[in-house]
Amino acid sequence: MKQLTRRTILAAAPAALTLSVPFVSARAKDYGPGVTDKEIKLGNTGPYSGPASGYSPVPKSQVAYWKMINDQGGINGRMINFISYDDAYTPPKTVEMARKLVEDDKVFFIASPLGTPCNSAIWHYMNEKKVPQLFVATGATKWDDPKGHPWTIGWQPNYQSEGRIYAAYILKEKPGGKIGVLYQNDDFGKDYLKGVKDGLGDKASMVIVEASYETTDPTVDSQVVDMKAKGCDVFVNCGIPKFAAQAIRKAAEIQWTPLHVLSSIGNSVGATLKPAGLDNAKDLVSDFYLKDASDPKWKDDAGFKEWSAFMDKYIPDGDKLDQGFVAGASLAAMAAQVLKQCGDELTRENVMKQAANLHDITVPMLLPGIKADTSATDFAPLKQVQMAKFDGQRWNLFGDLIRGAIG
Amino acid sequence: MTTLRDEDIAVSAAVPTQRAARLRPTLRHAIVAVFVAIAFAIPFVASSFVMFQLSEVLIYGLAILGLNLLTGFNGQFSLGHSAFYGLGAYTAAILMHNYEVNYLWTLPAAGVVCFGVGFLFGLPALRLQNLYLALATFALATAMPQILKFHALENWTGGVQGLVVDQPDPPDFLSMIDGDQWLYYVTLVVVLLMFAAAATLVRSRTGRAIMAIRDNPIAAAAMGINTSLYKTLTFGVSALYTGVAGALSALAVAFVAPDSFTIFLSISLLVGLVIGGVGSIPGCLFGGLFVLYVPNIANSLSNGLAGAIYGVILLIVIFVMPAGAAGFVRAVIARLSRWRQNPTEGGYR
Repeated sequence: MKQLTRRTILAAAPAALTLSVPFVSARAKDYGPGVTDKEIKLGNTGPYSGPASGYSPVPKSQVAYWKMINDQGGINGRMINFISYDDAYTPPKTVEMARKLVEDDKVFFIASPLGTPCNSAIWHYMNEKKVPQLFVATGATKWDDPKGHPWTIGWQPNYQSEGRIYAAYILKEKPGGKIGVLYQNDDFGKDYLKGVKDGLGDKASMVIVEASYETTDPTVDSQVVDMKAKGCDVFVNCGIPKFAAQAIRKAAEIQWTPLHVLSSIGNSVGATLKPAGLDNAKDLVSDFYLKDASDPKWKDDAGFKEWSAFMDKYIPDGDKLDQGFVAGASLAAMAAQVLKQCGDELTRENVMKQAANLHDITVPMLLPGIKADTSATDFAPLKQVQMAKFDGQRWNLFGDLIRGAIG
Repeated sequence: MTTLRDEDIAVSAAVPTQRAARLRPTLRHAIVAVFVAIAFAIPFVASSFVMFQLSEVLIYGLAILGLNLLTGFNGQFSLGHSAFYGLGAYTAAILMHNYEVNYLWTLPAAGVVCFGVGFLFGLPALRLQNLYLALATFALATAMPQILKFHALENWTGGVQGLVVDQPDPPDFLSMIDGDQWLYYVTLVVVLLMFAAAATLVRSRTGRAIMAIRDNPIAAAAMGINTSLYKTLTFGVSALYTGVAGALSALAVAFVAPDSFTIFLSISLLVGLVIGGVGSIPGCLFGGLFVLYVPNIANSLSNGLAGAIYGVILLIVIFVMPAGAAGFVRAVIARLSRWRQNPTEGGYR
């Protein structure tokens, strides 16, 4: 890592000067760029268009959530001006939009940009400029790096630790099993695979089939058939909803009944299990950290009611079965928590200090008992998940909260 | 894509010669000189962020010029230029990241690599015409991100995580300008040189041969032009231009990842080509402006409907300027000169 080059300093010095001068002269309070007595300006990027536009509920629900906060009086009397730009899930566009937010719009910080490649593209830039890149909406493992990248902080339980949790479960349930792993040929797929193998440790040879697919593939049928033919009796299914559903259906068709672990990426009842056939999905095992919005057991839950009321009022046409709206609202709620903790000391330094100072914080749609915890050496807010088994109708949580081994 | 029919291409290519007759060379040179002077002066007034955006405009313009040499001047279709752009970007990034090569050397290196690959791809492409060639190049564009993610290449490409590149520093004697301004000047000089080279190329004997193949391959062959050689060479040169643009983009964005070079990039370049003007060299820069700024404009009007607004803007532009920006300018000049010759007629007929 050769980050602190001469150019870095040269670039940062004039930027720091131009950014700080108006504020120093205008007021005595300790405000960073984008903050006044009445307003806090925040930035965000997300895939409103392009190949990953299926994730657009995540930024959309953040925009709506901040609107709700403003309608409720803002945070410490300040309205939030939340600027969200489309980056079409292309890294060069993310760089352009992040620079626009930081240099042109002069936002206080950037909240929850979506996507591993997109966040990777601005990772160095944000740290060079010392602008917080708060609660990134990706499950890659690398965001927990307080030393190397003190201005970037993660959010969700990372894919590798989820993979380890699956491995621990398999070792307990089927210690002599033969495992087949289906994964997407990209960052999150490979992270899952690595997590599973790391979790198995010296028993990594239990994985006898590693089958990948491309998002452009028509089906994953052949991968599933191959696993059965090779005698696998454990199936770790790390597909996005479309492929996870195909795999579940195909396994039922060929009467293959392995211990079937479904990754959290594909465990939506609406998006995966219904198309796969609820009967075919019986006895599947998966893990959760957010409440499943499709599950009626939450209907009297205070957090769910809060979220549901938010959806009715601010995103009336949004599909409540889409977990993207749950994730986006939770991200915004956590960022709001950080701003509340900052009080009137609204500097970028304090934002990172408070983001690294979360203790037992919960937001409405996190599973009961799951809390965000961070420290100066721990930039992975959420680490716990809970396993659940599908009974043909809904997921039933079982066992204790499990803490991932990484982060 | 009706705008890409053969007769349209023939029309738009025939016009530059007419324009040359209308606008005297001295006047044309003066206009170019004014624009170049403005381009060199902009960094003194604009912010770093604007310099970054303008660098990207120049880079897209250069990539579109590469596509234009192939499609506009030689009549071969390509949906695969995102692959050459990505190849150029990765060549530069790998050389800098893994071998610590100076950034200036990565540009010719990317050009050479892309020329080679483009030339080789041009050989089988000789057997394919029009839509079939478009389809073959489409395959190239869809394959590229997967090749970049391929396990065996991960040591070089960084796999799905991509590679981080250091943005180039300005040299010591220019310490008063920042990284973005320096990058803009580097880009500007490279782009100007390559545009000048392209303008010289299409006006030369070789350029006439390239265009003759587009207009009538049989007649061109009958006149003794080695059509297969010229077509493959054009493919190589086209890939070289787009590859150098890709290498510059790696410097500007300071990051490369497979997701940056999908088929959507190819389509953007094609849009820029048609908007700028098929067969026009200065039009490519207008195409670059369109590719960078119009999605932003669409997004600023509505987040949820950005795609639809982009489509509407595209339709309006195509409707108002059916022959692209270059054709529009030509039409205006033609009307003005008619009016000058015969002012009593008024500005319209």
